[in-house]
Amino acid sequence: MTPAATVTFCLRLLRRQLVLGLRRPVELGNPLLFFAMVVALFPLGLGPAPDTLAAFAPGILWIVALLSNLLTSDAVFRSDLEDGSLEQLLLAPQPLYFSALAYVLAHWLLTGLLLGLASPLFALMLGLAPGAIPALAASLLLGTAVLSLIGGIGAALTVGLKRGGMLISLLILPFYMPVLIFGSGAVQAALNGNPAGPFLAILGALLCMSIALAPMAIAAGLRISVDT
Amino acid sequence: MWTLFHKFGSPPWLYRLSGSILRWLLPITLLALVGGAVWGVLFTAPDFRQGNSYRIIYIHVPAAVVALAGYYVMAIAGAVSLIWRMKMADIAMRACAPIGAALTFVALVTGSIWGKPTWGTWWVWDARITSMLILLFLYLGVVALYEAYENKALAAKACAILSLVGTVNIPIIYKSVDWWYSLHQPASIKFTGGSTIDPSMLYPLLFMITAFYCLFTCALLLNMRVEILQREQRTAWVRALANKGAAG
Repeated sequence: MTPAATVTFCLRLLRRQLVLGLRRPVELGNPLLFFAMVVALFPLGLGPAPDTLAAFAPGILWIVALLSNLLTSDAVFRSDLEDGSLEQLLLAPQPLYFSALAYVLAHWLLTGLLLGLASPLFALMLGLAPGAIPALAASLLLGTAVLSLIGGIGAALTVGLKRGGMLISLLILPFYMPVLIFGSGAVQAALNGNPAGPFLAILGALLCMSIALAPMAIAAGLRISVDT
Repeated sequence: MWTLFHKFGSPPWLYRLSGSILRWLLPITLLALVGGAVWGVLFTAPDFRQGNSYRIIYIHVPAAVVALAGYYVMAIAGAVSLIWRMKMADIAMRACAPIGAALTFVALVTGSIWGKPTWGTWWVWDARITSMLILLFLYLGVVALYEAYENKALAAKACAILSLVGTVNIPIIYKSVDWWYSLHQPASIKFTGGSTIDPSMLYPLLFMITAFYCLFTCALLLNMRVEILQREQRTAWVRALANKGAAG
C-alpha cells in the first residue's frame, strides 16, 4: 500500500460515512435536540434565577455535550458490523489504524462540530456571559474531538455485544473526566477574565495524543468484536 | 529462559507452583498483617495533632498504594497476554480486577472514616480522593467488560486493551484532578529528599505496605487457582485432583 492509496481509501471511507449520515438529516439533529432538552432541564431543576444558571453554565454545557457525545458513540460501528462491511474493512489491505481514524473523524464532523457551532445559542439560553462564549465554542470543538476518539475505543470494544449501551458509558466515562476538567476550566477562566489559552492548549495536547494512540486501541478492539 | 516461558503457559505447573508458594506465603502474610497492626496501634506514639485517630493510616495508606500498583500489575499482565498470547497472563489479569477494586474500596472507606474526625466531613471532592474514586470505576469497568463477553478468551483480550488504555490515562487523570483541586496533605513518604513522617511511625507503615503486597499476591494466586480449575475442569489432571480430594 502506498501512502497515497491509503489516503484515497480513507477519504472515500470518510465520504461514505458522511453521505450515510447526511441522508438521515433527522438523526443528524438528534444530538442537538438532546442537548437542547437537557439544557432545558436545568432551569427546571435548579430554578430559573439567572445568576445561578450563569454560574453553573460552563459545567452544565460541558456535561451535556459529554453525555450527548457518549450516546452517539455507541452507534459508530454498529450498523457496519451488522451488514458485514466492517469485516470487509478488516480484510482490506489498508491499515486499520487510518480507517478507524476516518470513522472517528466522520463521527466528530456529524456530532461534535455541529454541537460546537450550536453551543453559543445554548450558552445564551443559560445566560453565560458573552465574553466566555468564544472560549466555550473553542473548547467544545477541540474537546469533542478527543471525546469522539475515546468514545470510539469504547464503541469498538462493545460493538459485538448485545447489551453494549450501558456498558460503554461505564467504560468510557472515567476517561472523559480530564477533558471535562480542562474544557469547563477554559470556560470558567474566560468567565473570570483569565486567559483561556492554557486550557485550550492542554485540550489540544490531549487531542494530539489521542489521535496518535486511540486509533490503535480502536483497531485492536474492532478485531476482537468482529470475532464475537 | 524459553522452557520457563513455556512452563508459565502450563496450567498444572502453575497450579502446583502457586500451591507451594501459598503454603509459606499465606502464614507469613497473616503474621505480618497482625504484627504490623499491633506494632502500629499499640507501639507507636499518638500524633500530636490528630491524637490516636491517625492510626488508621496503617490500613489506609497500604490499601491505597497496593490498589494503584495492582492496576499496573493488571495492565502488564494484559500486555503480556496480548503480545505473547499467554493463557496464564489473562487469568492473572482477570484475577487482579476484583482484588484491586476491593483494595480501592477499602482505601476510600478508611479514608472517609479518617476524614470525619480530621477534616470534619465524611467526603470531600479532593483531588486524591477523586482520583481513587475514578480508579475504582476503572477497575469495575474491567470487571463489567469481562462479564459482558460470552467468549472468555475474547473477554480477556478486550479487558487487556481496556487496561492498557487505562494505563496511559491514569497519569493524565491523576494530574488533571490534582490541578483541579487539592486539599490532601502532600505525600508524606518520599524516597528522594526527607520524609515528613517520623521514623517511629514510618517503619510500621512501610512494614504494613509490604504486608499488603503479600496479601495482594496471596489473593491473586488464590483467585488464579480457582480460575485455572474452572477453565480446566474437563482435563485429566483436574479430575485426578478432584478424585484424590474426594477419596482423602
